[in-house]
Amino acid sequence: MSKLVRTIGWLLYGPIIIFGFYIIMHGHITPGGGFQGGAVVASGFALLIVAYGAKGAGLKERLFSVVESGGALIFVGLAFLGLGATFFYNFLAAGGGVIFNEFVPQGPNPGDLNTAGTLPLMNWAVGLKVLAGLGSIVLLLALFPQEEGE
Amino acid sequence: MIANFPYVVAILLMIFGLYAALFRRNLIKIAIGITLMESGVNLFLVSLGYRRGGIAPIYTLAPEAGERMVLPTPQALTLTSIVIGLATTAVLLALIVVIYRHYGTLDADKINKLRG
Amino acid sequence: MRIIGFVAFLVIAAFLLVVPAGMRPFGEPRLWEMDRYFLEHAQEELAANNVCTAIVFDYRGYDTLGEATVLFTAVVAVAAILRRLKEKEIEGGEPPHV
Repeated sequence: MSKLVRTIGWLLYGPIIIFGFYIIMHGHITPGGGFQGGAVVASGFALLIVAYGAKGAGLKERLFSVVESGGALIFVGLAFLGLGATFFYNFLAAGGGVIFNEFVPQGPNPGDLNTAGTLPLMNWAVGLKVLAGLGSIVLLLALFPQEEGE
Repeated sequence: MIANFPYVVAILLMIFGLYAALFRRNLIKIAIGITLMESGVNLFLVSLGYRRGGIAPIYTLAPEAGERMVLPTPQALTLTSIVIGLATTAVLLALIVVIYRHYGTLDADKINKLRG
Repeated sequence: MRIIGFVAFLVIAAFLLVVPAGMRPFGEPRLWEMDRYFLEHAQEELAANNVCTAIVFDYRGYDTLGEATVLFTAVVAVAAILRRLKEKEIEGGEPPHV
């Protein structure tokens, strides 16, 4: 694309990625979560691909594959770790573990990041999985027509 | 009937999507119609869980206690539905790209004739 | 053939448009015992402020697991669709046969 698009894309890429990770991180106390934040980060990748082209964006397909598989494994592993009680048991919440174990008062409250047990960890796992999955879909669709001319 | 107007809007969206999916020839427009139907279904599902004067089911700095919150389960399941629709659309578009590459056209009737 | 399709479409559309007339009014759901339980107990059981996240990742975690599987399958399918043709072309040098 033109120099204007490339410059604006380069400027906006960082804030979009940071905003997506913020949405993933605060998924258990504010609106949002893993899927939404992952979609925002993937939209940043799409902006990069539109501005610089599929080859010039510097996105690695192999890295996306590894991140997506890792996110899925962390998600299922966290679900299995609760197997002392049941599958998907939240063993960290409300004083049960070492991290994310604060109690919250009933009713409206200001919100504390250090709560909700496995929910933030699962948000991160699903967020990484979704951003890698959508990013690799966009990258594959963008890479495909370029092979024709060679 | 007028009290159910949001349901009518969601169903109209579904009908437009169905029309586009059935009577358009361009494959991209068929894909757009299927996406429209998904949007209509999601809108219908979310509007089923609305309570009059409700607030979002999130306790962080909520204006009042939980008695007036909308139902959270339809929202959670709509999230699932949205991601599944996204996956379907991705596969659909990949197939359309391959079809265009192979036949050189997006017209469904022409592709039917060329397949021969 | 096209007339039959159009008539079927009109019948389906009429069915869909008649449905809201018989539904409960908008904004007054009646059966919500499960949602009331989630709203009242999510804070003490999971210490989660966002009830939707609590449902997605804990109360109904199986749904999310299946959905993650669907997304993974879609990525694999897209990779398979778009990858196979490319390699065949590089190998054979002739247009692929789908």
